[in-house]
Parts: sequence; C-alpha cells; structure tokens
Amino acid sequence: MRPIATTRSAAGLPTGLLAVWWVLASEIVIFGGLLGSYIMYRLAHDAWAAHAANTNTWIGAFNTFVLLTSSLTAVLAHQAAEQGNGKLAARRLYYTCIGALTFICVKAFEWTMEIRAGETISSNTFWSFYYTAAGLHALHVIAGAILMLFVAADAAKNRELHRVELIGIYWHFVDIVWIFLFPLLYIAK
Amino acid sequence: MADHAHADPAAHAAHPPVNYIRIWQILLALLVVSVAGPFIGIKVVTLITAFGIAVVKAYLVAKNFMHLNVQPRFVAYMLGTVLVFMLLFFAGTAGDVMKHSGDNWKKPYREPMPAAAAPHE
Repeated sequence: MRPIATTRSAAGLPTGLLAVWWVLASEIVIFGGLLGSYIMYRLAHDAWAAHAANTNTWIGAFNTFVLLTSSLTAVLAHQAAEQGNGKLAARRLYYTCIGALTFICVKAFEWTMEIRAGETISSNTFWSFYYTAAGLHALHVIAGAILMLFVAADAAKNRELHRVELIGIYWHFVDIVWIFLFPLLYIAK
Repeated sequence: MADHAHADPAAHAAHPPVNYIRIWQILLALLVVSVAGPFIGIKVVTLITAFGIAVVKAYLVAKNFMHLNVQPRFVAYMLGTVLVFMLLFFAGTAGDVMKHSGDNWKKPYREPMPAAAAPHE
C-alpha cells in the first residue's frame, strides 16, 4: 500500500509536495521574522556595523559556494529520479550530503575562531543575532542532510523516488535562506 | 518511471528542460560580484551588489531549481502571502525598534561600540 502522500492529489499537486510547500511557508515566517529583526537593529545601531566587520567574508563566501553547489547536485538528483534512475539520484543526494557536511565543518571552524576571539552569543545583541540566525540555519542544514540520507537509501533501491523532489525543494529553500544571510552577516559591514 | 508516483501526473505540471549547470555557473558569477562589490568602496554599490544580487540569486534558485514557475498558482500566492505578512511585521515594528526618540519618549539604550572601534565614535 502506497503512502497517502503519493496517491492523493487534493489540490492539483501530490499531497507530499503540498505539505513541503506548507512547511516552507511556515519557514519563511520563522526566518523572515529573524532577518527582518536583524535588519531593523542593524539600521538602528551603528555599533552593529563595527561588530559585523569581525565576520569573515571569505568563509561566508566559501560556504555560499558549497551550498549553491549542493543545490545543483540536489536538482540533478531530482532530474535523475524523474528519469527513473534511482541509483544515480541516490549518488547525487549523497554528494549533496557531502556539501552539507562541508558546510557544517566550515561553520564549526568559523565559530571556533570567533568564540576564541571572545565573540560569544552573550557578548552583545549583534553576536546574539549572528549565532541565532546562523545556528538556526545550520540546524536546518543538519536536519535536511539526515532526511536526505533516508531518501537516498530508498532511492538507491528505486523506491519512493518522488521524495527526491521533495527533499530537493526543502534543500533549495535552505540555500535561499543562506543567500540572504550571507550579505546580511558577511557583506554589509 | 516505475516508482515516481504522482497521483495525477498531468496535474503536476512537467517543468521545461533547464540547463542546471548553466544556472549554477550564473549563480557562482553573481556570488563573485557580491563579494567583489564592497572592494569598490561605494556604499550604494555594496548594497546593490549584496542585496540586489541576493534577490536575483534567490529568484534563479526558486524558478530553476525549485521549479516554482510550474507549480499551481496557489503555491506562489501562499508563499507571497507569508512574505506580505513579514512586510507587515516589519512595518509595524520598525518604528519602535529603529527610532531612538519621539514625541514624549526617549530610548536610553544604545548598543555600545566594540572596544577597537570606540575611539571613532
């Protein structure tokens, strides 16, 4: 028996896909509120620009490159799934997971440097926002990578290939969030 | 495809072929521009290259990787609605957060400058 997410189309698109869009709509509220608050405080307090000068643009740019590339492998996995090639889709999802792991390792290295320099989540409101926004995003990266491993394991057996698209859409959203976090935290100094 | 099980394949519109590698290359080129922008040293240019390009990159990802353009229209409306709510949130709270004083009120707190930057205050 197939799960209802694949067999029912209540709104003109499969229920699983509809659920993913709903999740993303709620995620927009979460990250939108966070980024909106960041922008308000950044514009209101000149000190935030001085604090932001201590973030490492090159590390942020490298992680942007990693996420954009992992988005490419995710959409290529979707393409392979559409062609019915589960093994190739799984391999490309594993590449995406490697991207996620790289992102998290670089983030851990970056945070270690910053914490050693005395910039912690309780140092001031700028660093509180910085760690909260980047940390929440990193949690989404970790969650996405874990889910992707399960989807890839099924895809390798040519099972539940529609899920490759669903996890891909989530992953691209995580990418988009970073696309906006990057200029806010690393460029606008 | 054996197990690519959409209930009604016709209902879930097929997306046109996209050269994903080309889109990725464009995204990387835009990333380079956004990193290079601040080196010019003009604030307006930095803002455009940082946030203008972020919007373009997000559009490219949403359209070409998420295939948002071939989803049923209500999906775009749903996402657009929450974005409007975010704008309402911003508009409703920005006045209180961003202003430091007004008629009969003054906000005493100001974020302190970091030690290295303090002399320039």
